[in-house]
Amino acid sequence: MSDLSRRKLMKAGVATAAGLSGLGAAAAIAQRYGLVPPDHGGIYGLGETLTYASQRLLTRHSLAREFPRSQISARPVQNEIPSLNGEFKRLQAAGFADWRLRVDGMVARPATFSLSQLKSYPSRSQITQLACEEGWSYIAEWTGVPLSHVLDVVGIHPQARYVVYFSIDPDWWESIDMADALHPQTYLAHGMNGSELPVPNGGPLRVRLPRQLGYKSVKYITRLTVTDSLKGFGKGLGSASPEGGYAWYAGI
Amino acid sequence: MGDSACFPRSAASVPATTVASRHSALTRVTHWITAVCFLALLVTGVEIVISHPRFYWGETGNVLTPPLFKLPIPSSRALVPTGYGYVLPDQNGWSRYLHFEAAWLVVLTGLLYTISGLVTGHLRKDLLPGRADLSWRTVSSEIACHLRFERPGEAETWSYNVLQRFAYLFVVFVAFPLIVWTGLAMSPAFVSAVPAAVTAFGGQQSARTIHFFVSIFLVLFLLVHIAMICRAGFKSRMRAMITGRAGVPKEHT
Repeated sequence: MSDLSRRKLMKAGVATAAGLSGLGAAAAIAQRYGLVPPDHGGIYGLGETLTYASQRLLTRHSLAREFPRSQISARPVQNEIPSLNGEFKRLQAAGFADWRLRVDGMVARPATFSLSQLKSYPSRSQITQLACEEGWSYIAEWTGVPLSHVLDVVGIHPQARYVVYFSIDPDWWESIDMADALHPQTYLAHGMNGSELPVPNGGPLRVRLPRQLGYKSVKYITRLTVTDSLKGFGKGLGSASPEGGYAWYAGI
Repeated sequence: MGDSACFPRSAASVPATTVASRHSALTRVTHWITAVCFLALLVTGVEIVISHPRFYWGETGNVLTPPLFKLPIPSSRALVPTGYGYVLPDQNGWSRYLHFEAAWLVVLTGLLYTISGLVTGHLRKDLLPGRADLSWRTVSSEIACHLRFERPGEAETWSYNVLQRFAYLFVVFVAFPLIVWTGLAMSPAFVSAVPAAVTAFGGQQSARTIHFFVSIFLVLFLLVHIAMICRAGFKSRMRAMITGRAGVPKEHT
């Protein structure tokens, strides 16, 4: 073996070792600072982790674009409603007077809220775009109580890292990190375009998360759980979406 | 080799040996990573478009608003009125995962190629047309050669002709950045931090439509690229891009 090729080989060895330890260090730092999404496993994990980590470094506090009233879509899309169960129909028949939102998990004061209680909190409005992963979009005015307000009322533990939220449709549940949960534009929305939130748009209560695609804005919310780990929920991938093949983080 | 009327390029310097390096290792590796990523982005991009094969201009667009145009294909979602009586299987989940992963890989590869191309002088020496190449006589005779479908001359085994240089520069510095930018303009989180990324195009749906047209352009570029390689000598050009070695191509007799 000539001197030159030996030197080359040594160089390559050092570079590989440096690269591997660099990757290892990067992974440890990413884990430490919450830059790794729960669906980081498998062949698409690298892309998902790069996306989520970049967004967390770049967009932790940024605000979704808001639009003038003139840009509100004349007809908001009312896409297919999952066949709502008997429980929903019973509550709907009573004008949702008995609709309840349960909040539990890592909170000081677990509580159950009625719609009128949620509506009694200071409400906020935003004119934002709802974009579906399919490619279509519309703009509407959403009214609701910021999720951060409800989390303040129940008092989240300092080690809380995620908020998991559940629809009355048992197959539809999602979760978000605290950056999104405490974001000022993340609402529990109960109104749309100046009226009650219509049932096809998620009424009486849906999550509104304008910095992520529509499927994270779960409709018909009945329960929130604050947690420090997503391992115990479903298959541990963070939400129902990755179980169905879709990304957990949908800010793209 | 006598069938080529195309004259040698000014930048051409044909080495004496028949086995010399045509493409650097970095060019070859980044070329093939880009090729694989492009294929992945294309297949998954088609799958994503199928879920809503309608295009709009401006900020918003959906089945309740008139499209700018729609593709005459069935959709993978029942909600889209396509005129077809059936719905294709939904492949959006893995398609989106793979689309973004391939996008990351191709963007990082593109950055590596561009930065090292600037440092090593590859972009300046091999892609930027020389002063002599930019004369109207050179460009017009090159166009004439292409229009006559002439085989490229020996010089082009070692150096790109002026049209090739323009095409590659356009893909690397215009089409590629534009498709990345329009892609980012569709990210609700990214545009929350950089709103100008989407307002520059007049809205999220405009960005989506431009993204589609740039991808069509890149597919056309790929088809011409492959056709030209077949015309120039598939084996020799493939050998040059895989092993780096360019010999006297056997096909040229």
